[in-house]
Amino acid sequence: MASAGGAAPFWRAAGMTYITYSNICANLVRNCLKEPFKAEAISREKVHFSLSKWVDGKPEKPTVRSEGADH
Amino acid sequence: MFRRATTLLRRPLMGATSRRFSTDLPAAPVEDSTFVEAWKKVSPNVDPPKTPLAYMKPRPATPTSLPSKLTVNFVLPYASELSAKEVDMVIVPATTGQMGVLPGHVATIAELKPGVLSVHEGNDVTKYFISSGFVFIHANSVADIIAVEAVPVDRIDANLVQKGLQEFTQKLNSATTDLEKAEAQIGVDVHSALNSALTG
Repeated sequence: MASAGGAAPFWRAAGMTYITYSNICANLVRNCLKEPFKAEAISREKVHFSLSKWVDGKPEKPTVRSEGADH
Repeated sequence: MFRRATTLLRRPLMGATSRRFSTDLPAAPVEDSTFVEAWKKVSPNVDPPKTPLAYMKPRPATPTSLPSKLTVNFVLPYASELSAKEVDMVIVPATTGQMGVLPGHVATIAELKPGVLSVHEGNDVTKYFISSGFVFIHANSVADIIAVEAVPVDRIDANLVQKGLQEFTQKLNSATTDLEKAEAQIGVDVHSALNSALTG
């Protein structure tokens, strides 16, 4: 592993967290799969959620986000 | 009448130990004995409360004689690829290089880089390409490999890998901010690893 107190990995030095790095790697791998597997992998990782802020005890209009790996 | 039932039932289990090697590392204790003794001194009639230690599974004993097989648990967020599978060796793509893990390996935590994981069982070798993750090797020859994405090497499409490699090499050359450079570098690393997985 990295030497004691030594150089951080390049993505950490650029301000990226490990989770972001790991997710980018996973997306790149998924995009390089052969056809039926690629479609399955991409559909497996799609997320769909609706977000609404609450003001004065009432929810505002929700924003619906439905995204795959692109964001 | 049954208040002390649990302690009475537990006692024979603690006493019955099979003959072990003197150098064995015993399992981690299920209760803190100093706490229990201090409690009994203060209030001998009340059972000591269970501490969080009693609810956890204790670290299992480490025998001194090497087990003959490595137990591998290989998990992904959406599936469990291998669950307590007994194998001879696994080679994991750690950030410090390809690391071979045999039964009796020293306890290690290693971060993985994009690369090929190979599981060797007798004469069969199964290879998976891992995007990134960690491997935890425990002292009792159990290895937990966790990865975000892992695919058998034959599911990788060579053309897409080449295209991706060219695209990211270009992005790396034209990148301006640190973040863009980092992303392009990640792209180049992952695609080169995919390439060597296909050819190697």
